[in-house]
Amino acid sequence: MTKKLHIICSINGQSAEFLCEPRNSLLEALRDELKLTGAKEGCNNGNCGACNVLLDGRLVNSCLVMAAEVEGKSVTTIEGISSKNGLHPIQQCFLEGAALQCGICTPGFIVAAKALLDKNPHPTEHEARHFLAGNLCRCTGYDKIIRAVLEAAECGAKK
Amino acid sequence: MKDITYAAPKTIADAAALLNDKGDRARILAGGTDIIVQVREGRRDIDALVDIKHITEVNELTCDPTKGLVIGAAVPCCLIYENKAIAKAYPGLIDAVSLIGGIQIQSRASLGGNLCNGSPAADGIPVLIAMEAVCDIAGSKGTRSVPVEQFCTAPGKTVLQRGEFLIRFRIQAPKKQSGAAYLRFIPRNEMDIAVVGAGVSIQFDAAKSKCTAARIALAAVAPTPLLVAEAGAALVGTSLDDASIAKAAALAQAAAKPISDMRGDADYRRHLVGVLVKRALAIAIERAKS
Ligand SMILES: Cc1cc2nc3c(=O)[nH]c(=O)nc-3n(C[C@H](O)[C@H](O)[C@H](O)COP(=O)(O)OP(=O)(O)OC[C@H]3O[C@@H](n4cnc5c(N)ncnc54)[C@H](O)[C@@H]3O)c2cc1C
Ligand code: FES
Ligand code: FES
Repeated sequence: MTKKLHIICSINGQSAEFLCEPRNSLLEALRDELKLTGAKEGCNNGNCGACNVLLDGRLVNSCLVMAAEVEGKSVTTIEGISSKNGLHPIQQCFLEGAALQCGICTPGFIVAAKALLDKNPHPTEHEARHFLAGNLCRCTGYDKIIRAVLEAAECGAKK
Repeated sequence: MKDITYAAPKTIADAAALLNDKGDRARILAGGTDIIVQVREGRRDIDALVDIKHITEVNELTCDPTKGLVIGAAVPCCLIYENKAIAKAYPGLIDAVSLIGGIQIQSRASLGGNLCNGSPAADGIPVLIAMEAVCDIAGSKGTRSVPVEQFCTAPGKTVLQRGEFLIRFRIQAPKKQSGAAYLRFIPRNEMDIAVVGAGVSIQFDAAKSKCTAARIALAAVAPTPLLVAEAGAALVGTSLDDASIAKAAALAQAAAKPISDMRGDADYRRHLVGVLVKRALAIAIERAKS
């Protein structure tokens, strides 16, 4: 067995450290070592987006990042999206708009939607659909999800 | 995933030494969007990943109006299309980097990985060939340069020798009255592998009436990305009128040696070559004239 690596990084705004094997993905480290089980494993090959996190502010599939790569970097997971004042508007709009059924895709969609709205606070429907093309949902259907994201953009605008 | 080691060398020399030491038991990790999946699924049997992203040279991205464009091998697609100077000067390249995967893939996927993976369907490559991009390769024995169209030798195989890796692409400064474009066909709007891709570049004379140079390259119709030199040559000296474009498209179709698979049979692919070459040329002409 290969020696474990000691990784120091920032997770959800706090400094964090964990041990991983060189072969571990960031998704595995988050779920199995750090017990941050919000990011889901859907496909484990980059197609579904259920494992989405922000890495230094960029949207990535954590199943396609090696855990060892995040040394010194900052990671935001779904657990870091809400604040102590409550749910993020995107989360609130997903709830109110019933934009989830089984919920497996939801953390990924919300992290991806956060990345979208950070970059483009007022996306058109087309822009939102294009940006979220790397996130798959097999039960809710995309209309409710897109509507929730556009609604959240509007909430943001009002604030 | 099977047990592997991970190394993140900081210099070209250290990386080359590691690669030389381990030979084909090591693979480079750039954005990881091909290699991580391949190792996990047992399609590449290796012992070591060598992360090159801590090496300064492979992260370079500079766009100079006289010296041209340098794209480090590990620069992710998103940094290329977010760069305003590149977007303005090289719209044909932007066509390609903005359709590789979705946003999550573009945050990580590099053109170096796109080329070194050796897929004939790689979307980044035809337009690099059309724009006469050159690869700088470093190894334990020194450096050398190879035109992009000579880099891939068979599916999954490249000219890289033991200990060698790709450092950067170099692309000449865009000339006036020139234009490039990349189009691919897939059955849905995003997130699929090209059934056919066509990258083209053209150059007009000062009066914008005669074509002085043209290159056409194709994806997914041969064992490697394919430069069709005779198709480009057929356009030189013409006014890029419909008849000349049709002739070039027919030459591209004749050069294509597609296979039949679940994405499309050979005849369908050959048909698509004609359609995409014509459409890509129309875009490149428009760009050259504007
Ligand atoms: C969901 C999904 C969608 C995708 N969509 C597309 C698409 O639309 N179009 C497309 O063309 N591709 C697509 N791909 C494939 C992949 O994203 C691209 O080929 C990407 O450009 C690979 O770059 P990378 O930096 O991630 O490469 P890596 O995975 O890091 O490397 C790829 C290969 O090249 C080698 N390598 C990398 N850099 C170097 C170097 N500098 N020198 C020597 N060898 C090197 C690696 O060892 C490896 O074998 C997709 C992949 C996924 C998972
Ligand atoms: S689990 Fe990572 S993209 Fe599907
Ligand atoms: S809610 Fe089940 S996959 Fe989207």
